[in-house]
Amino acid sequence: MPNTVSDREVDRLMRDLETEAEAGGYHLNPDREFTRGLVRGLLANRERYGYISCPCRLASGDREDDLDMICPCDYRDPDLADYGACYCALYVTADVESGKRAAAPVPERRPPPAERNRQKEERATAGRAPGTLNYPVWRCRVCGYLCARNEPPETCPICRVSRDRFERFM
Amino acid sequence: MQHVPGVDRGRVMLYALSTCGWCARTKELLTDLGVGFSYVYVDLLAGEERDRVVREVERWNPQVSFPTVVIDETKVIVGFREEEIREAIGAQHSE
Repeated sequence: MPNTVSDREVDRLMRDLETEAEAGGYHLNPDREFTRGLVRGLLANRERYGYISCPCRLASGDREDDLDMICPCDYRDPDLADYGACYCALYVTADVESGKRAAAPVPERRPPPAERNRQKEERATAGRAPGTLNYPVWRCRVCGYLCARNEPPETCPICRVSRDRFERFM
Repeated sequence: MQHVPGVDRGRVMLYALSTCGWCARTKELLTDLGVGFSYVYVDLLAGEERDRVVREVERWNPQVSFPTVVIDETKVIVGFREEEIREAIGAQHSE
């Protein structure tokens, strides 16, 4: 990993992520040393790609292609539900955090490129469907937050991801 | 590609990411087991070399996820599956 990330930066991002996680009902992995390593990876990715893509996935460097795996990734919540941890294990469920249950290894849920492209086209088509609603409904692909307004919010008020993580829901 | 010297248990290849905690654990495990192995951080490669290695990983693991361990070009272990790795390397000597 590029060695230009300072300990201070790691501490700061870790603190911010922890505050945000707890405020939103999420939990960081209590294994501090392991979690620090992941946070260092996020910062390394921010430095080389310009965004904090998942440290445990190979990024293409194209934001549009990597959008679904920018942390928190589109797969975090379903993986928390099924395995008690997200794919890289930065986030864990409350019972894993408190040691009541061990996290299970998380298989990769992210579809291969061909399938991702197919899904992207499907979403684009859904977005163009004629509606009978007064407002379009937008869904946050990370946390599922729904809102009816002309455009999705700049930042998801629930999980803090950026506008481009929203999809047209209705 | 880097080589870590150790006991010969066949050709052990670890495909990893430099930022991934599970890849780091896998590398630690192989090192602790004292087995000779090679590893490559795919995220640190660029251009044609990276494309070539990605295709190589894809051949063993179509999802191209990490860590991927390939033993003797036959046995493939995807993810940090400690017991499977220990077993595949025949490392019963460790606790």
